[in-house]
Amino acid sequence: MKILVPVKRVVDANVRVRIGSAGGVDTAGLKMSLNPFDECAVEQALRLREAGVASCVTVLTCGLPVCQDVLRTALAMGADNAVLIDTAGASPDSLGIARLLHAFIGADTDTDAYGLVLCGKQAIDDDIGGVAAMLAALLGWPQALNASAIEATGSSWLVTCGDDAGTATWRLDGPAVVSADLRLADPRRVTLPSIVKAKQKPLRTLDAATFNVALDTPIRTMEIAEPAVRQPGIKVADTAALLGAIGSARLLQNVGA
Amino acid sequence: MRSLVVGEWEDGATADATLRVISAAGGRGVPVDVLTFSPAMANAAACIEGIGRVLLASGDIANPETLANLLQHIASDYSLIATSHRTTGRAALPRAAALTGNAFLADITRVVTAQRFVRGLYAGSVVATVESTSATLFATFRTSSFAPASANGGAAPIVSLDPIAPFAATVLIDRQAASQGGHDLSSARIVVAGGRGLASKENMDKLGTLARNMGAALGASRAAVDAGYAPNAAQVGQTGKTVAPEIYLAFGISGAIQHLAGMKDSRIIVAVNKDPDAPIFSVADYGIVGDLFDVMGELNAHATGNAP
Repeated sequence: MKILVPVKRVVDANVRVRIGSAGGVDTAGLKMSLNPFDECAVEQALRLREAGVASCVTVLTCGLPVCQDVLRTALAMGADNAVLIDTAGASPDSLGIARLLHAFIGADTDTDAYGLVLCGKQAIDDDIGGVAAMLAALLGWPQALNASAIEATGSSWLVTCGDDAGTATWRLDGPAVVSADLRLADPRRVTLPSIVKAKQKPLRTLDAATFNVALDTPIRTMEIAEPAVRQPGIKVADTAALLGAIGSARLLQNVGA
Repeated sequence: MRSLVVGEWEDGATADATLRVISAAGGRGVPVDVLTFSPAMANAAACIEGIGRVLLASGDIANPETLANLLQHIASDYSLIATSHRTTGRAALPRAAALTGNAFLADITRVVTAQRFVRGLYAGSVVATVESTSATLFATFRTSSFAPASANGGAAPIVSLDPIAPFAATVLIDRQAASQGGHDLSSARIVVAGGRGLASKENMDKLGTLARNMGAALGASRAAVDAGYAPNAAQVGQTGKTVAPEIYLAFGISGAIQHLAGMKDSRIIVAVNKDPDAPIFSVADYGIVGDLFDVMGELNAHATGNAP
């Protein structure tokens, strides 16, 4: 059984994006990285392979050739092979990406099939988190999002997910799509020898057009703006001053509630 | 065209989150229907002010996959299918969107027109106004950005839906609620949150006691959750919950952008940190540079009526 890990190249989590003169988010010259949630997904996939659950870990991204760098990062972590689906001029939304992934899995004729798609729970740039559930829908596979633990049990997956009030554990029967929370697995550090070795690993480039799926999006961005800035606050000396400044009645309004 | 809000039920009543999504959807200026999952829930939803009709699902909707199948069957009646930005909606709505070939948007914070919405990108570092031409848009809404609709005053008809075949390959094995001090985080008027500066689970438990005594909810930064001081469900930020209480008190939280994304819409922000350069002070209305344990102790004395 193989694992597919779809990943995304994003502005590094430690970089603060700004609005450029053209009115869009200016990403030119910014440090780009493997989406942190996807990095955890790669790590967990590698652990499943190392535990003998999976035979092979494929990382895949949809984007321009420049996105190869994050595939090389994932290869250096230990992924077996990588695929770039070159979307050329198109900017597909979550459903477009899900359609490409669905078509890619459908076109795989290997007798050793994909039994798990493991990806990050959201990309830290658009913060939507739609691809995993959309791909599961197209495949007709069970899904579990925001996973903090996963184990294989026979032909099923046992996945623990964060939810509103705590955690929920789901059993997914058969091949499944699972999205990773940051706490699913702490990504390993990439070593210099592994970076060198990663350059020899297979990285295929496929043209998105060959999959013949609709990539146009019905969502149009009309305006990008900076959020409202909070007025600068004041420093107060101690608790008494704080209670005075806010009003102790207001701060303690719920006491006994 | 109409909007459909997928209802949630909490503690024997329509969830506050649902009332807020109903008022958000109402901003589109088209009739709003509510999807419910039990007769009691349907009867309560029928009383919500301004509701067009209440849909009552039959059978057990045991997983998000089954809910998505149900939404697929009724989607063509709606130009928007909405839920709160919580676990069920985040799982079921994108799935239903893909099943029907429609778009999905997450965490909408403002409704501009029937097709135009505002949402944050890059952990809220920028806000985007987007327009959808999707036949049915599937979207989750940030509940703290909208006032709740009134739970009374309506008299909507209840329409029973045909049963839907359950999706059998996903089975809930266990659900565990994290033990939390104080009130529910997402709807609390006051949130007391702790970060890595608390330095131990014992200290976080003390902060939980303070939260309880103040009638507040306990939140935590990711650093504190990762260190094991607080449960995952308490996490506030880009990957956790988004809160906008009347007062947010941050103890020992440095204020990474990912944390600020989850709390910067709070009405009043108080930060207590020993580092005067901590980024949290840039969003705080009131800051105390000093020992957080002193402030915790003094606040607790006030909350318990033991202040000197």
